[in-house]
Amino acid sequence: MTNRRQFIKGAGALALGSALPFDLAFGASNLTVGVIYVGAKGDYGYNQAQAQAAAIIKKMPGVKVVEEENVPETVAVQKTMEAMIEQDGATLIFATSFGYFDPHVLKMAAKYPKVRFAHCGGLWKQGNPPNIASYFGYIDECQYLNGVVAGHASKSKKLGFVAAKPIPQVLRNINAFTLGAQSVDPSITTHVIFTGDWSMPVKEAEAANSLVDQGCDVLTCHVDGPKVVIETAEKRGAMSCGYHASQAALAPKGYLTGAEWDWATPFKELVTDAQTAKPQPNILRGGLREGFVKMSPYGAKVTADAKSNADAIKSKMAAGDYVIFKGPMKDNKGGSAIASGTAYAQTDIKLESMNYLVAGVVGQI
Amino acid sequence: MRSYPLLPRVALGALPALPTLCALIGTLLLFSLFLLVQGQPAGDALVLIGQGAFGSSFAWQSTLLRAAPLMLTALCVALPAQVGLIVIGGEGALALGGLASAVVATVVPAAMPWFIAAPLMALAGMIAGGVWIGAVGAMRQLRGVNETISSLLMSYIAIALFKHLVEGPLRDPASLNKPSTPPVPDAFAVGSLPGLDVHWGLFWGALACVAAWVFVRHSTKGFAMRIAGGNNHAAKLVGLPVNKLAIAACAMGGAAAGLAGMFEVAAVQGSANASLLAGYGYAGILVAFAARQNPLSIILCAVLVGGIEASGSLLQRRLGLPDATTLVLQGLLFANLLAWEAMGGRLEAWRIRLQAMSVAHSPVRLEGTHV
Repeated sequence: MTNRRQFIKGAGALALGSALPFDLAFGASNLTVGVIYVGAKGDYGYNQAQAQAAAIIKKMPGVKVVEEENVPETVAVQKTMEAMIEQDGATLIFATSFGYFDPHVLKMAAKYPKVRFAHCGGLWKQGNPPNIASYFGYIDECQYLNGVVAGHASKSKKLGFVAAKPIPQVLRNINAFTLGAQSVDPSITTHVIFTGDWSMPVKEAEAANSLVDQGCDVLTCHVDGPKVVIETAEKRGAMSCGYHASQAALAPKGYLTGAEWDWATPFKELVTDAQTAKPQPNILRGGLREGFVKMSPYGAKVTADAKSNADAIKSKMAAGDYVIFKGPMKDNKGGSAIASGTAYAQTDIKLESMNYLVAGVVGQI
Repeated sequence: MRSYPLLPRVALGALPALPTLCALIGTLLLFSLFLLVQGQPAGDALVLIGQGAFGSSFAWQSTLLRAAPLMLTALCVALPAQVGLIVIGGEGALALGGLASAVVATVVPAAMPWFIAAPLMALAGMIAGGVWIGAVGAMRQLRGVNETISSLLMSYIAIALFKHLVEGPLRDPASLNKPSTPPVPDAFAVGSLPGLDVHWGLFWGALACVAAWVFVRHSTKGFAMRIAGGNNHAAKLVGLPVNKLAIAACAMGGAAAGLAGMFEVAAVQGSANASLLAGYGYAGILVAFAARQNPLSIILCAVLVGGIEASGSLLQRRLGLPDATTLVLQGLLFANLLAWEAMGGRLEAWRIRLQAMSVAHSPVRLEGTHV
């Protein structure tokens, strides 16, 4: 990457302790994009889903991508963003962890108003710096389809869900998964275990084992790296539905399907906007219809019935006329979650503050 | 032979730095070897490490910013070490300190001037951390509970408590998907050092290290602590209040870690949330051991570790090396530091020989012979 001359130049700069610009080391390219991950790029999960999109924009003409993984949500991420801007000349930055937004992305976006920032999580509000685009997807649609497939596959009628924290996004996924399964057989229950944090491999393995011990025969999860849960399920002979990215390679026998992000859609759009100097949107959200989320290809154990049922619902979702959360719906404490006659479309802001588990979920917040 | 009396003197002066120097050289050699085996350009990588850590004012600020909390969390190890206790629970003390200061910020009237509010937040953080690690010291001295294990377990409890409170009773209802305490008012936020993009935590961290060094080396209480650490029974025999000294040393260490939490909340995060648990407490253990528990050396070692982390960013972006490369470098550095410390005994012998040589060559001695 660096030739001898630049190497010597670099050594000289080091010796002098001076601040030579770094961009000498690179050939000209139209747009430098920085991508920052909170975990490892190959985590079979949250970060891998983002890295897959980064790999796709890397192939776009005139785009150079610089990446950094395992960047914690501290001053470290602020410095990484600044370094990408100052040292690499990045003018578009994807800060892909939810927790990067406040205060880190907000602070850097205010400091560098000419740089475009893209954040994953849909958190942008009126009054935030205008140079931030917040992208997010309605992945509960895919979790619902996971539920449909799991509902067909389950013999014990007990499904297992390993979840990180009882926050609205996670609850929405648990509920959608359960509702999907109940659309096949209303007697199905989902057993939930919260591990308390996004990346807790040991607890995730314990939770997965415990769920299988309780008789759950299909497992899914909402943690940063589903690897442990899916592998444990496979080892124990249980089936599994993936999350974030495809884990099919980890469970060739039991992997049914999975809820995956398709971040290439917003990544490509934002890169094109930056290249053509078009103003970027502040909020970019979408589901199956907009191509922000997708399903893993069906695994070996998915029956023809399950496929045709799930595909029918999927095409309704893709057409935009399928409502997951509609009344009457009870929560798992016997109270009313959604009143009769009320239906919340995917974009409804009410769903963003979900604070209940639906009837049929065994577990508490 | 008597022609060059300066050489032994210089050697004598540089002798204490010899193990560190050898460790640095050893680390660079081994790290280069590691990169070469992996088929990576070792020369480029070493230049990038230098550039990324100390090669520009931007790099320096990035390094110092990362070093700031490590100075305080390292004191949480180094102060109890003076009385011979190995405490590794700084992460929990940092979390509780941060939480306490965030609570104070939301409880005090918003109109309170910052120069009262910020010290109050700092005090709350220091008390929270101090009580937590002080309790570890008390359990050790009064009940005989192993402090290394108990501090780790207490740290786990602190983190669990922290999460419970942040996600439960103390949660800002507006923080939907990233549970946090209510935001610290902007007026109370800790800003940057003049002309730098580094917050005041660096200044106070370095000051705390200097103060700790003065206390440990130049005060009666500090001397008493070191006696207690050197020989517990002898200290008791001469009537030193060993229990009090040990608990105080732990509490002071905990207070330092709590202060680190306060700066993370007031200068960086703006509220207490899970982002606080970034491993500063654990990194502080490495820093303290690399500094051989000397509070003054902690400043240097913290800057070194901060520099390695800062340069890791550049290694990833320039050479596409995985993040684990920095971990390998850090691991090699600490392994080398500890391994070369074994030179200690030989060093003493060399010191005596060099001293003898420089005395033999000294002009004073020569004058003496002429008389």
